[in-house]
Amino acid sequence: MTLAVFFGCAFIAFGPAFALFVFTIAKDPLRVIILIAGAFFWLLSLLLSSLVWFIAIKASNSQDLTLQRGLLIFGVFFSVLLQEVFRFTYYRLLRKATEGLAAITDDDGSAISVRQMAYVAGLGFGIMSGAFSMINVLSDSLGPGTVGIFGDSQYYFITADMPSSKIFRRVKTNLKSSSLIQKMRALMTLALTLLHTFWGVLFFEGCEKSCWWVIAAVVSLHLLVAGLSLLNPLYEGSLPPVYGITLLMGVWAFFSSGGSLHSLNALCTRRKAEGESS
Amino acid sequence: MCLLQLWAFGFCHLLFMNTSDSEEDSYNERSSLVQCESPTIPSYNQDHDMSLPQETDTKRRRPVSSGLDEPGPVERERASTPDGEEEELTLKYGAKHVIMLFIPVTLCMVVVVATIKSVSFYTEKTSQRLIYTPFEEDPNYVGQRLLYSLLNTMVMISVIVVMTIILVVLYKYRCYKFIHGWLILSSLMLLFWFSFMYLGEVFKTYNVAMDYPTLAMIIWNFGVVGMICIHWKGPLRLQQAYLIVISALMALIFIKYLPEWSAWVILGAISIYDLIAVLCPKGPLRMLVETAQERNEPIFPALIYSSAMVWMVGMADSSNPDSGGVKLGLGDFIFYSVLVGKAAATGGDWNTTLACFVAILIGLCLTLLLLAIFKKALPALPISITFGLVFYFSTDNLVRPFMDSLAAHQYYI
Repeated sequence: MTLAVFFGCAFIAFGPAFALFVFTIAKDPLRVIILIAGAFFWLLSLLLSSLVWFIAIKASNSQDLTLQRGLLIFGVFFSVLLQEVFRFTYYRLLRKATEGLAAITDDDGSAISVRQMAYVAGLGFGIMSGAFSMINVLSDSLGPGTVGIFGDSQYYFITADMPSSKIFRRVKTNLKSSSLIQKMRALMTLALTLLHTFWGVLFFEGCEKSCWWVIAAVVSLHLLVAGLSLLNPLYEGSLPPVYGITLLMGVWAFFSSGGSLHSLNALCTRRKAEGESS
Repeated sequence: MCLLQLWAFGFCHLLFMNTSDSEEDSYNERSSLVQCESPTIPSYNQDHDMSLPQETDTKRRRPVSSGLDEPGPVERERASTPDGEEEELTLKYGAKHVIMLFIPVTLCMVVVVATIKSVSFYTEKTSQRLIYTPFEEDPNYVGQRLLYSLLNTMVMISVIVVMTIILVVLYKYRCYKFIHGWLILSSLMLLFWFSFMYLGEVFKTYNVAMDYPTLAMIIWNFGVVGMICIHWKGPLRLQQAYLIVISALMALIFIKYLPEWSAWVILGAISIYDLIAVLCPKGPLRMLVETAQERNEPIFPALIYSSAMVWMVGMADSSNPDSGGVKLGLGDFIFYSVLVGKAAATGGDWNTTLACFVAILIGLCLTLLLLAIFKKALPALPISITFGLVFYFSTDNLVRPFMDSLAAHQYYI
C-alpha cells in the first residue's frame, strides 16, 4: 500500500513537470542551466523568509500557540512576497545576461528568447517549490504504514466520529485517510508547480512590457493561492479554487506569450494533416 | 576485524598517494587515445595538482585544485576567427560544457546519496578513524570537540600539503616510474578492496545470499576492467563510469570515517587550500602546471574526469578533429559527494540534500563561467563548497523548521 501511495503521489505531483522537462528543456543545455538557476533563486527566497520567520519565532513566546500560528501565517505571506521579489531579481539578471550576449555578438546572437527564459525560469521555481513541499512527504510514505506525518493522526483524520473500541477500523481509516491526504497534497503540489510556470511567463511578460498591473495581478494571485492553502486540511475548500486559478493562469499565459485560437487550430489541423498523409 | 581495517587504512594511505600518481599517468595514456590534446590543454589540467596531494587518502581528492580545462578547439578558434565569433562560440559551447560536467557530478552524488540512504553501514558510527584525523570527537564537550576538529583539520591539510610538495618534487626530478607505480597500487586498492567492501555491505542490507566464487568473479572482472580503462585504453563512457564509481566509493569512505565536525571543517579548509594552491604564484599546484607547460607535456592526469566532446564539422578547423572537453579532477567529485552525502546522512531530511545539490551545481556553473572569462586553470572547489556549506547549515537550521511547520499545517507557499 505504501509503495502504491508513493508512486501514485510522486507521479501526480511531479509527472507533468517531469514531462515538461524531458520534452522542452533537457535537450538544450542553456535551458537546463536557467532552470537550475531558477531553482536556486527560489531557494534563496525561501532561505531569507525562513530566516525572518525563525527570528520572529525565537523572539516570541513559544508557549502561545495562537501567536505561533499567526507568525506562521505571516511567514507564509512574507515568503510569497519574497519569492516574487526574487523572481523579479532573476528577471533582471537574465535581461542583463541577454544584453551582454547581444552586445558581444554581431548577429541576433541570442540563443534563447525572453519568453523561453520566462517559461524555463517559472518551471524552475515550480519544480523546486514542488520538491520542497512534497519530497519529505513522499519519503515518509515509503516508511512502514504511515499514520499521518509526525504520527499525529488528528491532523489527518477526515472521518466521522467512530467508536473508540473499533481500533482496527480506526487504524485502517487512518491509513486510508492518510493516503487521501497525500493524494491531496500531491494535487496541490502539482497545481503550484504549474502556477509557478504560468506566473513566470506572465511576470516576465509584464516586466518586458512594463505592465505593472500584470505584475500586481501575479503577486496578488500568488497571495490568494497561499491564503487558500490556509484552509487546509479542508481540501474541498482549497483545491477547486486553486485549480480554477491554475486554468485561468494557463489560458492567460498562453494568450500573453503569443498564442491564439488560430495557432491552436493550426496545430490541430496540422496534426490531422500529418496524420492523414502518413 | 579492527586490525584488518587498520591495516587497510595504512595501506590505503599508500594507495591513495599512488593512485593519484598512477591516475595521472593512466590519464595521460587515456587522453592520448581519446583526445588529440594540444599542448595548451594539459597545462590546464588541475588534476595533476590533485593527484599530487592525493598521497593521503585525502589526496584522493586530488581535485582539491581541480582545474577546469578550456576546451581545446576554442583555443584554436581564437587564433583564426574575429573576436565576436570566438566569444559567441565560447559562450555557446560553454553551456554544453557545463552540462557535460553537471551530468557526471549529479550521477556521483546520486550514487552516494542512494547508498547512504539504503546501506546503513556508511552511516554507522565507528570508533575507527583515519590516521589523518587522530583526535577523537567527544560529543559531550562542545569546546573540546571544536578544538579537536580544528586539530584534525590541521593534520589533514598538512598531510595534503606535504604530499603535494613531494609529488611536485618527484615530478620535477622526473621520477615518473615511481609515481606511476604508486598510482597503480592506489587504484588497485580502490577497485578491488573498496568495491568488495561496498558490495558486501549492499548484499548484507538486502539480505542477498552470495557465494564466494561468484563474488570473486564479479570483483575480479570489475577490478581488471577498471584498471585497464583507467590506466591504459578503454571506451570513453566506460572510463567515465569507472571514474564516477571510484569517486563515489572514496566519498563514502570519507563519509564513514571522518568524524562529524571534522568533516565540515575539512571541507571548508580544503577549498581554501585549493584556492591558494592553484592561484598563488608559489602554490604547489600552480608550480606543477607551469612545470608541465615548460616541458610541453601533459600533466599527470591522475584521476581526471574528461568530458571529451567532438566538435562539429565546420565549427573548428577541419585539420584538427580534436575532441576538446572540460576536465574536472576526481577530487572535486569526491568532495562534492562528501558534502551532499553528509547532508543526506545527518538528519535524513531530503530538503537539505536537495538544497546542497542545487547549491553545488550553481557553484560549478559559476566556476565554469569564470573559466570562460579568465581562460586559465581554476580551482573548482571554493565556490561550490562555500555555497554547499552555507546552504547546508542554513537549510538544516532555518528552512527545516519552517517547512516542517508548514507541512504540519499543510500550508503552501
